[in-house]
Amino acid sequence: MLEPTSPPAARSFLFGRLTLDSLPFLKPDLEGHIVLVTFLAVICGGLAVLGLITYKRLWGYLWREWFTSVDHKKLGIMYMILGTVMLLRGFADAVMMRAQQAIAFGPNMGYLPPEHYDQIFTAHGSIMIFFVAMAYIVGLINYVMPLQIGSRDVAFPFLNNLSFWFTFWGAITFMVSLFVGDFSTAGWLGYPPVSELQQGPGVDYYIWGLQLSGVGTLLSGVNFVVTIIKMRAPGMTMMKMPVFTWTSLCTSGLIIATFPVLTATLFLLSLDRYVGTHFFTSDFGGNVMMYINLIWVWGHPEVYILILPIFGIYSEIVPTFSGKPLFGYSSMVYATCAIMILSYLVWLHHFFTMGSGADVNSFFSLTTMIISIPTGVKIFNWLFTMYRGRVHFTVPMLWTMGFLFTFTIGGMTGVMLSVAPADFLLHNSLFLIAHFHNVIIGGVVFGVFAGVNYWFPKAFGFKLDEFWGKASFWFWQIGFWLAFGPLYIMGFMGVTRRLSHFDNPALQPYFIVAGIGAALIALGIGSFIVQIGISILRRKQYAVGGDPWDGRTLEWATSSPPPDYNFAFVPNVHERDAWMDMKKHGYQRPLEGFNDIHMPKNTASGVVIGVLSFACCFGLIWYIWWLAAASFVGVIVASIVHTFNYHRDYHIPKAEVNAFEHSGNWQDAAQGANA
Amino acid sequence: MSHSNSHDHAVHGHEHSHDEHANHGSLRSYLTGFVLAVILTVIPFWLVMGHVFQSHWVTITLVLLLAIVQILVHVVYFLHLDTHSEGGWNMLSFVFTIVLVVIVLGASIWVMYNENTNMMPMSPQYQHNGE
Repeated sequence: MLEPTSPPAARSFLFGRLTLDSLPFLKPDLEGHIVLVTFLAVICGGLAVLGLITYKRLWGYLWREWFTSVDHKKLGIMYMILGTVMLLRGFADAVMMRAQQAIAFGPNMGYLPPEHYDQIFTAHGSIMIFFVAMAYIVGLINYVMPLQIGSRDVAFPFLNNLSFWFTFWGAITFMVSLFVGDFSTAGWLGYPPVSELQQGPGVDYYIWGLQLSGVGTLLSGVNFVVTIIKMRAPGMTMMKMPVFTWTSLCTSGLIIATFPVLTATLFLLSLDRYVGTHFFTSDFGGNVMMYINLIWVWGHPEVYILILPIFGIYSEIVPTFSGKPLFGYSSMVYATCAIMILSYLVWLHHFFTMGSGADVNSFFSLTTMIISIPTGVKIFNWLFTMYRGRVHFTVPMLWTMGFLFTFTIGGMTGVMLSVAPADFLLHNSLFLIAHFHNVIIGGVVFGVFAGVNYWFPKAFGFKLDEFWGKASFWFWQIGFWLAFGPLYIMGFMGVTRRLSHFDNPALQPYFIVAGIGAALIALGIGSFIVQIGISILRRKQYAVGGDPWDGRTLEWATSSPPPDYNFAFVPNVHERDAWMDMKKHGYQRPLEGFNDIHMPKNTASGVVIGVLSFACCFGLIWYIWWLAAASFVGVIVASIVHTFNYHRDYHIPKAEVNAFEHSGNWQDAAQGANA
Repeated sequence: MSHSNSHDHAVHGHEHSHDEHANHGSLRSYLTGFVLAVILTVIPFWLVMGHVFQSHWVTITLVLLLAIVQILVHVVYFLHLDTHSEGGWNMLSFVFTIVLVVIVLGASIWVMYNENTNMMPMSPQYQHNGE
């Protein structure tokens, strides 16, 4: 019964189990038509973009300056673009679910068959976490952290490029499943037995996409930890590091500790699927519960991996726009470290109902309540920083205040869920859905938008449009509550998650309101894109110098955008908020005495290894064994060849440094400051 | 005492003053470690093969304790973990890893033991036929 795969109907050597029947857009039903329209749109859009790049002769530029780049700033920007593209995909899934649930009542079965609906909620969840939230987090850390610690790059620049390509091809693996084959229906964490029993390539797409991105994230975590520990500017002791750097350090520590668990768990699942082992079956000595235990050993720290750097972003924004140092720096650092350890002690609250008994549940219930205390400390620190400060109501600050309001409520519903007996009623209900969207949208997404609005001028040399930024904020803020308020209410009524059809017509108004909320969020995302577009058009008008916000930390000591080498001279740090301290002491940017600067060189190895890894995974997904074997060997060979590349560095000549430091696009802080 | 291998990838942004000397050990420390490791291996074998104790639990507990000491001996004498290397970061990350591993393994065993007790009341035979 639990044999993972039945003998296939037709399997060729060349194409494995991939046949024309695997292409869902060729099916003559409604689902096929939906996929066909999407497919055609993607093909047309993709060809248009590729054509434009070719017409503008940008391929060489993209290859030299971006794809092969080991510059942490460019990789950071590429992560942000990847996150935004995947946000559109994940949000399209959300809109389809909202539309289905708003109409599928009584005799109306909606427009999505259950099988398709299940794939959509699985894709929505896993894409939003792995390729939107994680891409944004890694992108922001990549861009900002080395600048904040006064470094010229991360510790392992090539590894950074490789991490990006692993993540990118993981995302592509997910996207390919839209048009070739199908996707997992087992939910975003791929619980067995569904993930073991589902035939076809869906779950395999899920497994291998996550394995690729998981390796990428793990390498990023290693990179960030080494960078923060080894490459801080002289004088920057641990307790003088900016809070965002602190939270990046703790997040990276969590990544290193937890992502191997995810990799191992998914590997065991793939063994069950591919070679017929029984780690997670209910028979032959396996245990389904063990999968759920292991995946949450990774899964709970994961949500803190997402939120900790975001707490760091708010901790940078609030002092800057309140014109005061952060209230309670030390308590902020200790709270972050406490959360890092405690995040490892709460995972069972995701499955209180699985039957561990009263002692186990009480223990994890208490730890879950305890972890809300350091988080509460942070909220008060931000409030006290704003208290009696001169608060500037800029777009980043608006997002921050929206976060304080929204996230606090999300946190409190989390404490409600931490009460094990209450959880027995709320488990897997829409209340849970509302709760975690409340903390992930209200926390992570708001924080990413705050961070993008805050650091965009640093990355591109011009500010983002205020009007469209505010429009985006209000659409998101109001849309969020309209979309998830009804879910809280229905959760209390006992409506469960992941349903594609309802019998009780009394629920329909709630789902319609939730759908309207999703429409407002769509306007919020649209406003964000308009905001970027308009700002690019008006970039001359919005141009700023190195320090547009009267910033406090070292990234604002560079030009906007910073040069490849970040700092012509590595700064000496004496105080927390190093740049504010330098400004107070009348810092003058040196304009002579430059030296050659030693920098890492671009390399194509990351691109090559990334493509080959994707080919390997595609081969494994479709049982195209020759492709999997050949590309696996290719990965090994490419890695070995890379180790023989001894030309990894070069020197930026001092004349070039001198020219840049005297160039017109380098505005001094005094000229750029608007505060 | 060299730092040559740490320079392969690292960008030479900062000229660190290289004061963080890693301890590479001496013949004496390697021999001490080796002898300790051998002793700690021989004792468990003797405990098991010589049937020294009546109770299995005493033997198992002792073997596990000796295994933990063995790990520490390896880490100190062969991996040169001390409180100074890399400015204390090696020690800190080692302790962090131990804490997390103990939490994950200990709690997983605790959780799964309770689940098996509470949720698997059926006899194995019934379970097998019941599917």
